[in-house]
Amino acid sequence: MPELRGFLKYKRQAVKYRPIEERIGNFKEFDLPLTPDDIAQQAARCMDCGLPFCHGVGCPLKNYIPDINDLIYKNRWQQACELLHTTNNFPEITSRVCPAPCETACTLSINDEPILIRHIEYQIVERGFAEGWIKPVPAAKITGKQVAIIGSGPAGLAAAQQLARAGHKVVVYEKDEHIGGIMCYGIPDFKLEKHIIDRRLKQLTDEGIEFQTGVEAGKDISIQYLQKMFDCICLTMGAGQPRDIAIPGREYENILPAMDYLRGQNKLIVGELANGFESVTAKGKNVVIIGGGDTGSDCVGTARRQEAKEIHQLEILPKPPETRPQDTPWPNWPRIMRTSSSQEEGCERRWSITTKKFVGERNQIKGLRGCEVEWMKKPNGWEIRELTGTDFVIKTDLVLLAMGFLHVMHNGLIKDLHLQLDGAGNVAVNNYQTSEPSVFAAGDTVSGASLVVRAINSGREAAAAIDRWLIQKG
Amino acid sequence: MSVKNQGLYDVQWEHDACGIGAVVDIAGKRDHSIIEYGKEILLNLHHRGAAGADETTGDGAGILFQIPHEFFAAESQRLGFALPAPSQYGVGVIFGSKDGQIREQCDKILEGAIIYYGMKILGQRDVPVSNSCLGPIALAAEPSIKQIFVDGDGLADEMFECRLYLARKRAEKLVRENLGDNGRDFYVTSLSHKTICYKGMFMAWQLFAYYPDLANPLVKSALAIVHQRYSTNTFPNWQLAQPFRCIAHNGEINTLSGNRNHIRAREVKMTGEIFGDNISDLFPVLTPGGSDSACFDNVLELLVRAGRSMPHAIMMMIPEAFGAKYHISTDKRAFYEYHSSIMEPWDGPAAMVFTDGRLIGGTLDRNGLRPCRYLVTTDGLAVMASEAGVIEFPPEKICMKGRLQPGKMFLVDTVEGRIITDNEIKSKVARQKPYRRWLEENRIELRGLFDSPELVSSDPETIAQRMCAFGYTREELKMVLTPMAVNGQEPIGSMGDDTPLAVLSDKPKLLFNYFKQLFAQVTNPSIDPLREGLVMSLMSFAGKKRNILDETPQHCRQLKLPHPILTSADIERLRSVKRSDFKVVTIPAVFDVNVSDIADSLRRSLDSLVDAAESAVKDGASLIIISDRDISATKAPIPSLLATAAVHHGLLGRRVRGEAGIIIESGEPREVMHFCLLCGFGANAINPYLAFEVLDELHRQGELPAGMEPSRIADNYIAAVKKGILKTMSKMGISTLRSYHSAQLFEAIGLNRDLIDKYFIGANSRISGIGLSEIARESLARHKSAFDKNVTGLLDLDFGGDYHFRHNGEQHLWNPTTVSKLQHAVMFEDANAYAEYAKAINDQTQKLYTLRGLFEFVPGQPVPIEEVEPAGEIVKRFCTGAMSHGSISKEAHECIAVAMNRIGGMSNTGEGGEDPSRYVPLPNGDSKNCAIKQIASGRFGVTIHYLANAKELQIKIAQGAKPGEGGQLPGHKVTDEIAKLRYSTPGVTLISPPPHHDIYSIEDLAQLIYDLKCANPDAKVSVKLVSEVGVGTIAAGVAKGNADEVLISGHDGGTGASPLSSIKHTGCPWELGLAETQQTLVMNNLRGRIKVQADGQMKTGRDVVIAAMLGADRFGFGTAALVAIGCTLLRKCHEGACAFGIGTQDIELRKRFAGRPEYVERFMFFVAEEVRQIMAKLGFRKFEDMVGRADRLSMRKAIEHWKAKGLDFSVIFHQPDVSDGRAIRLTCLQPVRTKDNLDWQLLEKAGAAIDEKKKTVIEMPIRNINRTVGAALSHHIVRKFGPEGLPDGTLELIFRGSAGQSFGAFLAPGVTLKLIGESNDYLGKGLSGGRIVVKTPDNTPLMAHENIIVGNTLLYGATAGEAFVNGMAGERFAVRNSGAIAVVEGVGDHCCEYMTGGTVVVLGKTGCNFAAGMSGGIAYVLDEMQLFDTLCNLDMVELESVWHQKDKELLHNLIEQHLKWTGSKQAARILDTWQDMVGKFVKVIPTDYRKALQKMRADEQRDTETTPATEEVFYAGT
Repeated sequence: MPELRGFLKYKRQAVKYRPIEERIGNFKEFDLPLTPDDIAQQAARCMDCGLPFCHGVGCPLKNYIPDINDLIYKNRWQQACELLHTTNNFPEITSRVCPAPCETACTLSINDEPILIRHIEYQIVERGFAEGWIKPVPAAKITGKQVAIIGSGPAGLAAAQQLARAGHKVVVYEKDEHIGGIMCYGIPDFKLEKHIIDRRLKQLTDEGIEFQTGVEAGKDISIQYLQKMFDCICLTMGAGQPRDIAIPGREYENILPAMDYLRGQNKLIVGELANGFESVTAKGKNVVIIGGGDTGSDCVGTARRQEAKEIHQLEILPKPPETRPQDTPWPNWPRIMRTSSSQEEGCERRWSITTKKFVGERNQIKGLRGCEVEWMKKPNGWEIRELTGTDFVIKTDLVLLAMGFLHVMHNGLIKDLHLQLDGAGNVAVNNYQTSEPSVFAAGDTVSGASLVVRAINSGREAAAAIDRWLIQKG
Repeated sequence: MSVKNQGLYDVQWEHDACGIGAVVDIAGKRDHSIIEYGKEILLNLHHRGAAGADETTGDGAGILFQIPHEFFAAESQRLGFALPAPSQYGVGVIFGSKDGQIREQCDKILEGAIIYYGMKILGQRDVPVSNSCLGPIALAAEPSIKQIFVDGDGLADEMFECRLYLARKRAEKLVRENLGDNGRDFYVTSLSHKTICYKGMFMAWQLFAYYPDLANPLVKSALAIVHQRYSTNTFPNWQLAQPFRCIAHNGEINTLSGNRNHIRAREVKMTGEIFGDNISDLFPVLTPGGSDSACFDNVLELLVRAGRSMPHAIMMMIPEAFGAKYHISTDKRAFYEYHSSIMEPWDGPAAMVFTDGRLIGGTLDRNGLRPCRYLVTTDGLAVMASEAGVIEFPPEKICMKGRLQPGKMFLVDTVEGRIITDNEIKSKVARQKPYRRWLEENRIELRGLFDSPELVSSDPETIAQRMCAFGYTREELKMVLTPMAVNGQEPIGSMGDDTPLAVLSDKPKLLFNYFKQLFAQVTNPSIDPLREGLVMSLMSFAGKKRNILDETPQHCRQLKLPHPILTSADIERLRSVKRSDFKVVTIPAVFDVNVSDIADSLRRSLDSLVDAAESAVKDGASLIIISDRDISATKAPIPSLLATAAVHHGLLGRRVRGEAGIIIESGEPREVMHFCLLCGFGANAINPYLAFEVLDELHRQGELPAGMEPSRIADNYIAAVKKGILKTMSKMGISTLRSYHSAQLFEAIGLNRDLIDKYFIGANSRISGIGLSEIARESLARHKSAFDKNVTGLLDLDFGGDYHFRHNGEQHLWNPTTVSKLQHAVMFEDANAYAEYAKAINDQTQKLYTLRGLFEFVPGQPVPIEEVEPAGEIVKRFCTGAMSHGSISKEAHECIAVAMNRIGGMSNTGEGGEDPSRYVPLPNGDSKNCAIKQIASGRFGVTIHYLANAKELQIKIAQGAKPGEGGQLPGHKVTDEIAKLRYSTPGVTLISPPPHHDIYSIEDLAQLIYDLKCANPDAKVSVKLVSEVGVGTIAAGVAKGNADEVLISGHDGGTGASPLSSIKHTGCPWELGLAETQQTLVMNNLRGRIKVQADGQMKTGRDVVIAAMLGADRFGFGTAALVAIGCTLLRKCHEGACAFGIGTQDIELRKRFAGRPEYVERFMFFVAEEVRQIMAKLGFRKFEDMVGRADRLSMRKAIEHWKAKGLDFSVIFHQPDVSDGRAIRLTCLQPVRTKDNLDWQLLEKAGAAIDEKKKTVIEMPIRNINRTVGAALSHHIVRKFGPEGLPDGTLELIFRGSAGQSFGAFLAPGVTLKLIGESNDYLGKGLSGGRIVVKTPDNTPLMAHENIIVGNTLLYGATAGEAFVNGMAGERFAVRNSGAIAVVEGVGDHCCEYMTGGTVVVLGKTGCNFAAGMSGGIAYVLDEMQLFDTLCNLDMVELESVWHQKDKELLHNLIEQHLKWTGSKQAARILDTWQDMVGKFVKVIPTDYRKALQKMRADEQRDTETTPATEEVFYAGT
């Protein structure tokens, strides 16, 4: 293990950001990485618990966090990088965008500050790329089986890589121009610059994975074709159906789903949008974001960088407490007040707010009417009650709906394949196998919208299930 | 009548211990008085025996003496036949069946055998008996007893004795063969022309009442051996009473199964001129069903009859230690080494008295852990016995007093009429043949002295693949191999083992993991392999064994191995040996996996392996190397343990095992446990080639510290394995690898009968389980992981997860879900969270962890839950584990104590004492006083005040995580606070010895129980044992020893620090031990008077109910209570680095402690509520109605698990017959046995005076039966006056005579015990401030300082007070003394062992191993010969002369005191010539202690304290 009592000797040293004024001027990442010496100290804080909750419940990928810390402490970066990759296909993604439930599950988070797990991962993978340690791992043998992966988000890519390494021929179909799905189009550049994805795609390509972009399965190629050409199909299209809001005025222009908005900015950056074809911009606008989650937060940062005039973010839930409340005790993900880097960059946040009506002129949105609500516990769940006399109006000319996602898009493939769905509208699976035996599904498609890290995990597990199934099928 | 094996009870686990004695007229004059003396000895050893459940059936007593010719001449005349002259006829004492017909058949066979050997029966005599004195149990088993008189027809001396022997063995054999079980009562007690034995199932007095013969004045003998047995059971067996034909034995042969196998293997080679062609009549040499002592007697008799002298044979079987640390003659060393090539020691604690009718002697084993004292009178009488004072002689009549010393012999030759000293006997025997030259010319050695082992460089291409094939894990590399290579010792861990048993695991487990090490508890002591390592040895010989009845130079033509680990270079050297008389053959041990029936493939490979071994032997091989180097894509290794055991037992079965040594060359073994198992099942040596390669690979990868030499790595690793093997042997009380070899001291959990009966013959496996096909499947899984995937590096190995939790690793019962749910439940009083927690543990339908996970309740008629006993009552049955303040912090310890006191349960001090301020209740009514106070081997903090404040006194014999081992609290953990509690010095290491040095046997335990009941008559006494096969019989012994409760701990209990291999591989689940205990107690009708408690990974109400049904009244929770107060299983207790302030003494970390008593209370109530729910469902209203109801348990049906489906729990659920209404749960209290204690008289006489603190002097006589004088008195004093007791000099008690054991135990301040005479063992045990004076009587001819006046193990755990001993003491004077001042005039071995404080002055001779493990205190030793340093264990101490003025003054003062109290002539002589004498004293001071003292002195001079002493002492050295 690292250093006994290391956690007493060294304090957690959080990652610092570039100053706000500097970072909002562009879409670049703004973390200021720690020095290697600092990292060794941070790793030294790890207690190598007999029962590591970080690994046991925190990390969906079950990264070998204590072992990685140990290697870093011993200055054995290359082995750490190898070990990290045994459980995580894309640590460069997770180390940037993961909310790090490992850290809130760290036993030190009970009465101290947790290990700097996510940033250590970041350092390892960046060093791995810089040193050239991350190389293609071609399959040792070729099985002759072929798998089509539909959708190139984290789940699809993880599944693709695992299957390719197991010796299967893998083709990934992506309806957009670029590979990466949500990583490419959903996450703003200031959190994940797109060349980071390209760097990894090179490895995937070298491992023999074939990518077909701009091809929408079910539309550009038929499901019959896919089923004929491939031994197995894996659906990893994400949970694209956003939750909408059915209130008066919804039809006004400039009320759009957050993902469409973020997508526009991302397309701009990767150069997909030709001149003259404009995406929606927040520049000079009063922006209201409905939804207090991560996507909403990404909208805040994007709008800020697009030089919005004012930004409001509304959340229907009450403001969380500053410290870990009883209802989410350790090692659960705590329901506490958090301020993202984007929110820190400037926006007005309000909690316990419901939106009642959009007001506008002609088809343009001009304002939003809402009021405060109260949450009351009832025998069969929570009930919301509007508080009289709290009505308000916010002046706005752009409303972004960031209220989460419902499930996978039901049109297209899902419909063509007549796949069974679960109660929530996700594709129903049994160990990743859908009602159609040769069709598997993974990621948000089966779980509903969730974390990137869970999607990777899901893709890996689906790949294992597919591999077993292919071998059994003979 | 005999009791058959049933349920978990197995007769082979019966133990006994005893009192022994011998008396002889040195000149050989025969007289009836010798018999009378024998009787007196026995009667005065009564307390060393035990009575059965009926309180009148003894465990056995007997007497062996010379044939009383005058008596028999008269009797024969009366009966109408004539006897020839003395020595011309033999006498047999025959036990026979009560069934006349059977008896007749047996008689005929016996007569036939006698005639066959050319002798005839002259007549016979029914032995008159008076059975009205017998208890019902003995009576039911009473045989018919008669004597036969055999005419030798001119045979004389040895030839006559030999024929009688042959005739007896032939008759025994024929009876067995012809009558089978019907002949079981036929037993020839003795048949000799020299000696005769009377014995039976008696208490001492009954022997003489039963046999009127013994009172006849014509019954005369010059010598007699007597024996009183204390057995752990009360099943009657007259045949196992002692003495046997040659010996009486107090002790236990731990290595019996190995010795048995070896003897069997040797039979094929046995020839003896004297036996001629009839030798087959002698086989089997060992009478089936015989006890360890009986087997020993069988072999001794064989060796003697074949021509060796009795001392010679004894020296072969119980050799003294002859390691390099002993100064013994070269010839004697050669004698022992030579004999070690032909006979392994019969190892175990032994005090043995023996006679062949002419010689009579006694000997102790090398450890000397059984007492034996002797004296010689001016009338030429010698008396030897387990205790001094068994016969009273006036002081002026005694001309010599002594004790048997470890490994030494005391012999009287009644023909020569003299005592022969140990030296004389042994030098004569050792020089009768040129053993030294034979050895030099014949033994084969592997390497010179200076060769150091090399690491073989690994093949990086294949190493990962091969590691997979042998099941290596990443965790093993990090947690086991690396520490071994770096530190040269096994890694330490903490907390319990919460992973599934191998048979319940989904993972392919190595076959090693299905076995658990056995360990010694109560009936024999474990050894300290570190501090007493000088008695231990790993040396052995491998090769061809020859006729044991003969001695030739070729006998030692074998490979001599200093230890059993061979490097890869060694094995190559061996393989290249090309000699006609020493051939080495390698046989591959792999099997084909490219087949459809893998199990069959494995079976066939094993068969051909054994065949190949046999033909190699027949071709003359001396060594067989079984190798799995040939693994490949199609060949998997046969599990090395399976290969070893198969070949060992295969060759044994084919009667050729003695022809060759077996060497295992395998990639599989790497941990200590693996090597122990291989040796234990027959390997002579092991080459773990892959382990060496792996170390090289780790070195190459930079996992090991840079700059470590490869040879150093190999050396360290081998050293770690060696230490580990020694430790494992020592747990069982075994000193030499030669006797550990093939002794099979393991229990299998989850291996089926077929497998055991074919490959592991004789091994224990009680619940069946997997067989060859599952083993093959596990091998195949490993093989696949190696060869069916793209192996690129070490990261492709499984993580393992046996020690630390990892996803995809082994399952743990304490996992993120259970820990967090339990914490949520207790913190937020959330019953739902508790329910989820309990479900996650109880519901083992998906994942199996424990045996009880496979149990089901038999449904019953439910009752409304309101009618079920309230939870508030149930929690009173709950206890917390014995976690010491030291292993956990003050905050955690007190938190638990407060909680348990609030709910009326019991918390436990653990082994660390307790702050007396906790005895005072808090203002709010809470109390931090632990109800249970533990007494462990270190006796830390055990004072009379501590004992007096307990509700229960718990003797910790063993601990689930490390049974059979001691502990060590390193100096850096001994903070000021801990030091205060333990009466020691901050910064000074504290060592807990492996055994209690006052419990080497069951009667010793009874003595300690007696001591404790005297020291606190109001407290109950419990004894903590750990589950292993045979624990039931030990529990029965504990019940007979008068304990009120027995605690059965599971193997999986927690620890603050233990070697990982101990946590994992020792002990069994409590389900087995508890069920066995319940069954055995019920069968013995002892259950009604003793409570039973169970603990070990006890977590839920379901666990409690199951334990209750298996027989437990009470329940202990350790880790679960810790989790409730914040523990998250960091497993850092051993590092003291607990981030939650629990397992730590660090001030900073302790501040983080956030536990609250409410959490523990809530946990206990949640458990109790769960218990109630189950009770309601099953229809129990009262908790006690569930106790012992194993009939309400069954095994889950339709178990799908591929391994677990073979299990069979019927033995666990077995219930003994209770149709006679005997109790299956507690019904009464133990009888009060302390009523006869002398203290009650003392209190009567002096009570009032004491209460008024009035100066009082009382004089009284004393006998050895007056035990534990002063303890009850001291209890009275501290209850009244607190720990300060009375002012010095208030009470003076003067005794004359021989005091019994534990004289002055726990003596309180203000009391002086003055004993004029002598005393037995344990004087001043736990001395708590009083003064003990032992004075040699004035009118004796003895030189006080040359004679033994007090016994062994004195001042054990003394914390304060003084002792002045005017004579010599035995072994272990002032052991673990932490504060007493003592002056003595001579001591035996191991003086000042484990001492942590106090001052000892020795004014005379010392034995060896002085100051072993001594970490504190000071000793001054008079070293007139200037040889003291050769006797002192210098590991921890420094020697200096006494030059400092303060030292001189202190020493002078103490000697003056000694003179004042005892009138010692030695003291007077020294003081008279003080200037000359002071220079001859040596001061012994522990290195750390000196530093600590200097630090403390420096602190006194400083105004403010800056650094705690602890840190400076410890960190200065690092």
